[in-house]
Amino acid sequence: MKGKIHSFESFGTVDGPGIRFVVFMQGCPMRCKYCHNPDTWSFSGGTEYTPEQVAEKALKYKNYIQKGGGVTVSGGEPLIQAEFVKELFTLLKRGGVHTALDTSGINFDRNDKTIIGLLEVTDLVLLDIKHIDDGEHKKLTGHPNSKPLEFAKYLSDIRKNIIIRHVLVPDITDNDGYLIKLRDFISRLKTVQAVEVLPYHTMGEVKYEKMGIAYPLKGVNPPDKSRVENAKKILRGEL
Amino acid sequence: MNFKAWEGFKGGKWNSDGEVNVRDFIQRNYTPYEGGSEFLAPATNATLKLWDEILDLSKKERENGGVLDADVKIVSTLTSHPAGYIDRTLEKIVGLQTDKPFKRALQPFGGIKMAEQALNMYGYEIDPEIKEIFTKYRKTHNDGVYDVYTPEMRRARRAHILTGLPDTYGRGRIVGDYRRVALYGVDYLIECKEKDKANIDGSMTPEKVRDREELSEQIKALKALKELAAIYGHDVSKPAESAQQAIQALYFGYLAAVKDQNGAAMSIGRNSTFLDIYIERDLARGILTEESAQELIDHFVMKLRIIKFMRIKEYNELFSGDPTWVTESIGGMGIDGRPLVTRSSFRILHTLTNLGPAPEPNLTVLWSQHLPESFKKFCADLSVKTSAIQYESDDLMRPEMGDDYCIACCVSCMRVGKDMQFFGARANLAKCLLYAINGGKDELVKDKATGKALQVSPVFEPISGDGPLNYEQVVAKYEQTMDWLAELYVNVLNVIHYMHDKYSYEALEMALHDTEVRRFFATGIAGLSCAVDSLSAIKYAKVYPIRNEEGVAVDFKIEGDFPKYGNNDDRVDSIAVWLLKTFMNKIKRQSVYRNGVPTTSILTITSNVVYGKNTGNTPDGRRAGEPLAPGANPMHGRDSSGALASLESVAKLPYEYSRDGISNTFSITPASLGKTDEARVTNLVNMLDGYVASGGHHLNVNVFSRDTLLDAQAHPEKYPQLTIRVSGYAVNFNKLTREQQNDVISRTIHSTF
Repeated sequence: MKGKIHSFESFGTVDGPGIRFVVFMQGCPMRCKYCHNPDTWSFSGGTEYTPEQVAEKALKYKNYIQKGGGVTVSGGEPLIQAEFVKELFTLLKRGGVHTALDTSGINFDRNDKTIIGLLEVTDLVLLDIKHIDDGEHKKLTGHPNSKPLEFAKYLSDIRKNIIIRHVLVPDITDNDGYLIKLRDFISRLKTVQAVEVLPYHTMGEVKYEKMGIAYPLKGVNPPDKSRVENAKKILRGEL
Repeated sequence: MNFKAWEGFKGGKWNSDGEVNVRDFIQRNYTPYEGGSEFLAPATNATLKLWDEILDLSKKERENGGVLDADVKIVSTLTSHPAGYIDRTLEKIVGLQTDKPFKRALQPFGGIKMAEQALNMYGYEIDPEIKEIFTKYRKTHNDGVYDVYTPEMRRARRAHILTGLPDTYGRGRIVGDYRRVALYGVDYLIECKEKDKANIDGSMTPEKVRDREELSEQIKALKALKELAAIYGHDVSKPAESAQQAIQALYFGYLAAVKDQNGAAMSIGRNSTFLDIYIERDLARGILTEESAQELIDHFVMKLRIIKFMRIKEYNELFSGDPTWVTESIGGMGIDGRPLVTRSSFRILHTLTNLGPAPEPNLTVLWSQHLPESFKKFCADLSVKTSAIQYESDDLMRPEMGDDYCIACCVSCMRVGKDMQFFGARANLAKCLLYAINGGKDELVKDKATGKALQVSPVFEPISGDGPLNYEQVVAKYEQTMDWLAELYVNVLNVIHYMHDKYSYEALEMALHDTEVRRFFATGIAGLSCAVDSLSAIKYAKVYPIRNEEGVAVDFKIEGDFPKYGNNDDRVDSIAVWLLKTFMNKIKRQSVYRNGVPTTSILTITSNVVYGKNTGNTPDGRRAGEPLAPGANPMHGRDSSGALASLESVAKLPYEYSRDGISNTFSITPASLGKTDEARVTNLVNMLDGYVASGGHHLNVNVFSRDTLLDAQAHPEKYPQLTIRVSGYAVNFNKLTREQQNDVISRTIHSTF
């Protein structure tokens, strides 16, 4: 079995706790307007690796990742290649490595045995909730938010650790009403370890230019610091 | 032996008759500290006022073009100058190199021409009488070397395949055990040396004559050291009685060394844990408080920060930013498993907070995975805030060197008072590869007589044809060229060190060593990553030489891609390992001066820029004149698989073949190191633990963004103390040449978003 992989990062410090070896999977069904990795969208690109090859690559860094760090599989959308990730995580767990899955949950299906099996070898899910409002979610990503939200509830039910991530974009998600609604949703989950607010940034724009795609958020600026603090406070239940 | 000054110390080997054993004293008396930094005290008002005066003098020095004042008449010796002060009423630790702070001394024994040129470059004229004495009546090291150099040696030097050789300046890298002055007092040290001298008798072979003469010089130097202290109203003939006296005595020892020698690197050893024993005793006696203890350390460090030498501007190209390498080694583990971390290890690092960051002293943490976690975090936190610390693997060095070694210069490990080294700069292995292809003809330098490419080595058959270059053929030629280079290189160093011993012997520093010392013969490699990537290109891609009308390959056309060193890819990293082992084995085969132990280092200091300037187009695609990478670093921007992949490639280089150190300079943006202050500290600790576990030797840690550097380049006044780590030392960014600044800015700064 082989997985399609976009790239690796040997010193990831922003996708999960500690130092992480990060695997970026190739291919994503979502078309989030703020996506800074449009080069991971296509299902036809990427390089093929076996789970053994990727585990071997990651385990080369065991000296660095064994204390408080681990391996994060991100994307692209890793759940699309759940079979591959399940095999990879099984190998990593055998090697004593902490595993984290960075996903949107867009293709979650509680009857999918592969996904359920993958969760058994996953220590932590970094769940990126794009938008709490279904209509806005569709506008932002091209998909409804029913599956991501169902996924969150499922993770809570099976007592799986979650870090909720939410990208703050002016006019799109930076709205107190939506943020309060999202907070209410999060507060009903039992296994949330942390809520991370990721301020929208424009560093992905150059990739769109290179790929010859129009940048959907042209002219939108990153949110002010005060708005970021505001969102953090709301989502952490401090406002 | 017993002295009142030793009251409260546990006796042992160190105070039995005829012994000089500082390690034994430390082991029996130090108190390991595993707590946090909360006990540390801020700077006192006196400290802040003194530091302000130093900052003011630094500013004036910059405005004056780099030198504030220089002695043109008095030849520097231990006792040449009357006492000098910054502010006598405030200084707890006294002593300056001349009679005024920031006034540079005249030190002509390395070479009178250099001393004169250095003065001229900054607008001073050397005293004619001094010039006459050192041209007519007293020969210098530099003259001695040039009397002996062969035409081939001169060609190699001119073509820069050998560069940075200590033939025009002091070799440095010798570290006296300055703690001996404090612990034993000078009278006892003289007594021991007298005994050693008496034991050298019988038939007077040349070796014995030399040894007796050197011991006589050492004894004279120790007597002069007492006089130096007396000039400042102090007495160092007997053991120090208090922490203040101990620091003062140790500093006088060091001050004597820098008054005697203008060495490239004048490192100070491993002192903080030694001094901690005195500080703890005085704290217990109620003589000191934490504030006054910190004040002593702050004042000591201030003195080390203002050590200065008079040097020519070309020297600055090699070693940019006026470095002195007052390297102080901190921490490490004892062989009995106790950490050698004390409260004073924290105190000396705390000077970075109390006085703000600075490049000197070159604070070097001997890192072990077993160090107390609180100390690891304290260091990492300071690195994130100041970029002023370097780390070296104690776990790699301790097994062979024990637990009382120090780092000289950047990465050279020596047992304090028991080892010395003959510093040998470095050979350019990237250029050597071009010589292999071109039959020993230089790709840039012309023969002055014929106007054609300079034939540096004896003539041999070049690699002919239009390519692609054949890997096996190139490797065979490269080996043959390295055979020639290794022999020539060692011979050049044999000449240099013979003459340095003869005309500029480090009597004071050697007086603070055991009489029987181990001598390392320290060679070095420049251009490792460039040579390795070039070989990788020849092996995995197709490389076609482009020849000039003489047939010299002056450029290369590359077809296809090839693996690059710095990406944790064994296909190319194994070439780096092969190259290091091959070169070192060739060095080992040579016969070296004074039964030295041959070693090599992969360290360029900042000379990677000037080496690059003198190296033509290389088969890896690097353009002529572009800098080589510093030390063992991958070439700029080619380590594209993330920070750890880059570290792992370097960690593969076997330390046992590069005993004089493997330098790696690592830069990362704060945001990429972690999301919060706490995460940055933890991640850096885990990164250092990982690097050490993988067998890495040295790491300079810089935490800054390229924007900060660009802003500092444009507005230096906003960043008076911006300190960055280059290759084995730290430097004030403003003191780098524009070219060096650009090199630093263009280096890989690991960042993610």
